[in-house]
Amino acid sequence: MAKKTVSEQRKIRILVAKPGLDGHDRGALVLARALRDAGMEVIYSGLLPSPEQVVQMALDEDVDVVALSLLNGAHMTAFPRVKKLLEKMGGGDIVVVGGGIIPEDDKSKLLKMGITGLYGPGSSLEEIVGHIQERVRKERWGK
Amino acid sequence: MLRNGGEAYWKTKAKAVVERRAKPGSLYDEAVVESVRKGVRQWEESVFGEQAKKLPESRSDFQTASGIALKPLFTPLDVMDADYSDQGYPGVFPYLRGVHPTMYRGRAWTMRMFSGFGTPEDTNKRLKLLLDHGETGLSIAFDMPTLYGYDCDHDRAHGEVGRCGVSVSSLKDMEVIFDGIPLNKVSTSMTINAPATVLTCMYAGVAKRQGVSMEGLRGTVQADMLKEYIAQKEWVYPPEAHLRLVRDLMVFCTKRMPLWNYISISGYHIREAGSSAVQELAFTLADGFGYVELGMEAGLKPEQFAPRLSFFFNSTMDFFEEIAKFRAARKIWAAVLREKYGVKNPRSLLMRFHTQTSGASLTWQQPLNNIVRTTIEALAAVLGGTQSLHTNSFDEAWALPTEKAVQVALRTQQVIAEETGLPTVIDPLGGSYYVEWLTEQMEEEAYKYFDRIESAGGLLKAIKSGYMQREIAENSYRLSRRVEEGKDNVVGVNKYAIKEKKPIDTLKIDFKAQRSQVKRLERVKRERDGAKVQAALTKIGRAFENEGVNSIEPMLKAVLEYATLGEIVQVGREAFGTWREPLIL
Repeated sequence: MAKKTVSEQRKIRILVAKPGLDGHDRGALVLARALRDAGMEVIYSGLLPSPEQVVQMALDEDVDVVALSLLNGAHMTAFPRVKKLLEKMGGGDIVVVGGGIIPEDDKSKLLKMGITGLYGPGSSLEEIVGHIQERVRKERWGK
Repeated sequence: MLRNGGEAYWKTKAKAVVERRAKPGSLYDEAVVESVRKGVRQWEESVFGEQAKKLPESRSDFQTASGIALKPLFTPLDVMDADYSDQGYPGVFPYLRGVHPTMYRGRAWTMRMFSGFGTPEDTNKRLKLLLDHGETGLSIAFDMPTLYGYDCDHDRAHGEVGRCGVSVSSLKDMEVIFDGIPLNKVSTSMTINAPATVLTCMYAGVAKRQGVSMEGLRGTVQADMLKEYIAQKEWVYPPEAHLRLVRDLMVFCTKRMPLWNYISISGYHIREAGSSAVQELAFTLADGFGYVELGMEAGLKPEQFAPRLSFFFNSTMDFFEEIAKFRAARKIWAAVLREKYGVKNPRSLLMRFHTQTSGASLTWQQPLNNIVRTTIEALAAVLGGTQSLHTNSFDEAWALPTEKAVQVALRTQQVIAEETGLPTVIDPLGGSYYVEWLTEQMEEEAYKYFDRIESAGGLLKAIKSGYMQREIAENSYRLSRRVEEGKDNVVGVNKYAIKEKKPIDTLKIDFKAQRSQVKRLERVKRERDGAKVQAALTKIGRAFENEGVNSIEPMLKAVLEYATLGEIVQVGREAFGTWREPLIL
């Protein structure tokens, strides 16, 4: 059977989360709106969940994607922790993307762990939405 | 404003401003007005209009960043209502033209660079470097665990210690930060909110260790909890509990630290969270009126405490709108304090403010362009009459700034102060038809917003229901869409983009900070008198349970016994509970 296009599939379910002590929610809120406008079902974590709580939400909500945002410099601890916990708790196939203030050297390390996107200030919403759709298409619906 | 919804004052005030603007003032002679009117019409039709037919305008919607529609030309007709008697003079009510009679002719603004990272030792070194480079006031950034009231060894602090500010868990850390910096010689601004009471006590504690009297301490603690719920979102307890602590701080400082500015009412974060200039102006001033009412509830006279309230604004890229915002802010503050809160002493009517250039305006792409952006924003702040200024470093969309980048940022201010001649004439844009019109427009829109906040149930209720938070989220989405659709352009982002390979080197913060901080905390806990700490914490708990007891005095005692930030804040969590914000999306 031919692969379905994204629009023929069910809506992408995505959790937008800020897994740390970080109240900078402007980017996360704008992104959540943009993802919703792009036809996704968006769940927003609210502020200050721990990585453990984010993973629990992702599993409870049965999402395709977890989009992590941090602007507080803690991404090298919090992003990998979410990724590892997802794998440990049976959510290893959930796509993990990230964004925020992320220095170049950290980007390559995160990419190796399978955390992609890593969009910073000035990224276009269209590009971010496209990246998420692309990964879901390949990894969740392509199999 | 703070508690009662539906107050008529703001509605009346908004109407009065609209009516005033519709009427010609006394400056213009009717015959002259008629001739100007004719001239403007002629220009619009035959000169401008003809040209616009030949060469259509580049866009269909010329507007300010706040969305205020703009004509191509402003003329005397747009400011006819202003008879300039309601503008006053520099240092004279309503201070539209500046709070000091001599402004920068007497002394340039204070160059205050916000800094702090890693360990207290790292920050101590950076502060001394800035003092050596001619900085005139200190400004401390704390890391996230400190801002949220967690010690460096707490589970939630893992990976966050020292990453975007300095880590403080006990008085010991503060002693190191200010080592070799005599507190009677500097003024210090501390950007801290939820645990502001604890940090104020720690600063007083350092003074005690240095043998400096508390009464003479100069500086500012942000302690603006209202804007935390609106924008920055660093809270621990529910709004009422934090307001009670702010009230305790106001009462305590009025008596014991009379030169300490205990609330820095902040529009900066409101703006960075995505608000417009109009929203920044309106929400910040509304918060200001909220604190005036809070102080009055505590039995203080606004006459007495208003001089201890200062403001903190953002300066971003719409140059003229920013200048108009600063000018309007001074005027509204003075007018409302005098009229609504009965303040008479001129000193208590002055809106003094700090400005920071906009972090959100910095681009990750082509980062050196950020030097230009920061320069333009700094100019707007100076033309708007700021009392102190922080200029951002060009690399801050990438990481915390390097020393080199910070130096360029500080030099930007020094170039403006020393080389441009700009500080010579006070409020040099006063009288510009456009700037005066825009200043009045900002004033009108602010009063209309105050009225809307009242309609939403008053400030506290509006905050708890998420009214302002949603207004800001709406605007930030609008701004993002405008860039996305090419209606607004950002150089290097959606226009003139190029491929770049790592254009700058950035500051790296290693994880050593966390290890050394945890070690110091362990040592502090080992060496202190545990029984005395416990007793001190119990006293704080009792004060928290009893509205009538001021909680700052026992807090100061606990801090001096090396009770930690986390321990003190935890006592509050047990007494007050925590807070979850309403759904914004």
